Amino acid sequence: MSLIPSDCRECPPGSVEPEGVDRRDFVKKMAAACAAGVPVVLGVVGVPGVNGQTVDGERYDPTMHYYGMGVDPAKCIGCGRCVNACKTENDVPRTEGAFNTWVERYVIRNDGEVIVDSPDGGMEGFPELADEAGIRKSFFVPKLCNHCANPPCVQVCPVGATFITQDGVVLVDDDYCIGCRYCIQACPYGARWFKEEKRVAAKCTFCYHRIVKGLVPACVEACPTQARIFGEVEGRATPLARFIRFNEIDVLKPALNTRPKVYYANLDGEVR
Amino acid sequence: MVQQVPRLAIVFTIAVAILLGARQLLIPPTFGEDGHYRAAAVDSIAAHPIKYAGRQACELCHAEQAEVRLAGNHRGVGCETCHGPAAPHVQGPLDVKPVIPDTREFCVTCHSYNASRPTGFPQIEPARHNFPRPCKDCHDPHAPVPPVTPGECSACHAQIARQKSLSHHAELSCAVCHEAPDTHKDAPRSVRPTKPQTRALCGTCHAAGIEEGPPQIDLESHGVPYMCWDCHYPHFPETR
Repeated sequence: MSLIPSDCRECPPGSVEPEGVDRRDFVKKMAAACAAGVPVVLGVVGVPGVNGQTVDGERYDPTMHYYGMGVDPAKCIGCGRCVNACKTENDVPRTEGAFNTWVERYVIRNDGEVIVDSPDGGMEGFPELADEAGIRKSFFVPKLCNHCANPPCVQVCPVGATFITQDGVVLVDDDYCIGCRYCIQACPYGARWFKEEKRVAAKCTFCYHRIVKGLVPACVEACPTQARIFGEVEGRATPLARFIRFNEIDVLKPALNTRPKVYYANLDGEVR
Repeated sequence: MVQQVPRLAIVFTIAVAILLGARQLLIPPTFGEDGHYRAAAVDSIAAHPIKYAGRQACELCHAEQAEVRLAGNHRGVGCETCHGPAAPHVQGPLDVKPVIPDTREFCVTCHSYNASRPTGFPQIEPARHNFPRPCKDCHDPHAPVPPVTPGECSACHAQIARQKSLSHHAELSCAVCHEAPDTHKDAPRSVRPTKPQTRALCGTCHAAGIEEGPPQIDLESHGVPYMCWDCHYPHFPETR
């Protein structure tokens, strides 16, 4: 949209000043000519409109939703069903480092040392802990894209291939992504990975294809202990709003001002 | 008309035409409709096929199992958590059958003992717990209950009972440390069971000088002035 002002700036008002046309007139005329061009430019660029997708005959209106997820680490049993379900649902390759969601195990030892492990993303569960007596406490933390309201990954994308939808989900347009991996570097949560097969960045979509059909994300569907709650962030009478109201809520790395929409209940201070 | 004006107008027209043409060529259709992205991408992402049908879809046909499940301890567990992604089965119920994971190996995915699991979550030691019988011999997977029923204390204090069952105190009954009047069952909040009050109670087993006993300490010096349960959780005692 920078076309119009730059055209005007190129008008060299000082250079053309023949008799009968003073500078003021000239500027006026050129401004009028530029203004006449505005509708043409807008016509090419396109006027913002409502995304008219329909799902199952009923129109899904993204402006009526704003999604987030609640995670209760105290309920997570580290079974890895969520990781498995996510891989199946989203055709995530079962290769190293390709995870939309994964489960971390925190082990805090008596001497204060914190050990975090996530063998295979926790997909096949976790091995038993050796030296149980030397452990102060241990728990599981499911992780995924935080669908930040202020996402660094979207900010750095040079082509506009990653974006926030109107319903608050951060997505990757993998037909438009150039595979520069800048977003993978920018994400402070390590939530993005590189899809070799298509040479694009990939990430959790909150199972966008499911939520527009009124289903919950696959990880939430598969979780046997309701450690994950999916729903609307806004409004009072939603499962997520209730979860947020009734628990002490933390987000990951709040100091980065990314404003995550994945809310953790009663999170241990060691979790990053 | 001054002669410069038409010349400039031609130059500007060409410049604008080139810019607009380049825009048209370089910017994909639907870019910018809803924001700084291709609006069509949202539709193509939304068109991804689903694999997990969701428990509501299962319940349309399998209402009987759903009813059993919703009344039991697996009420929160989705059908597809165990039976796998079932969207193909919903499309063609006779063509594709979901898996029935009736082996020990599958159940212990969640129920094997792991110290990182939350307190009270039902866990077993797979090598010791009725090996090698399949779990469903004793537990209904749709509404599992521990086969010991009716529970006395564990009916209400199941979390403590489950935790204790994994600990060194597994063999001790609740009554060893607590005295519960019968009326506690009718009025659980106003009539309370007793709790240990003295270090001597733990000393019954753990004081030095008892032969063939559990770990022993010197009651006079160990951990004074604290009570035993200030440091050790009696339902799952730490050894150090």
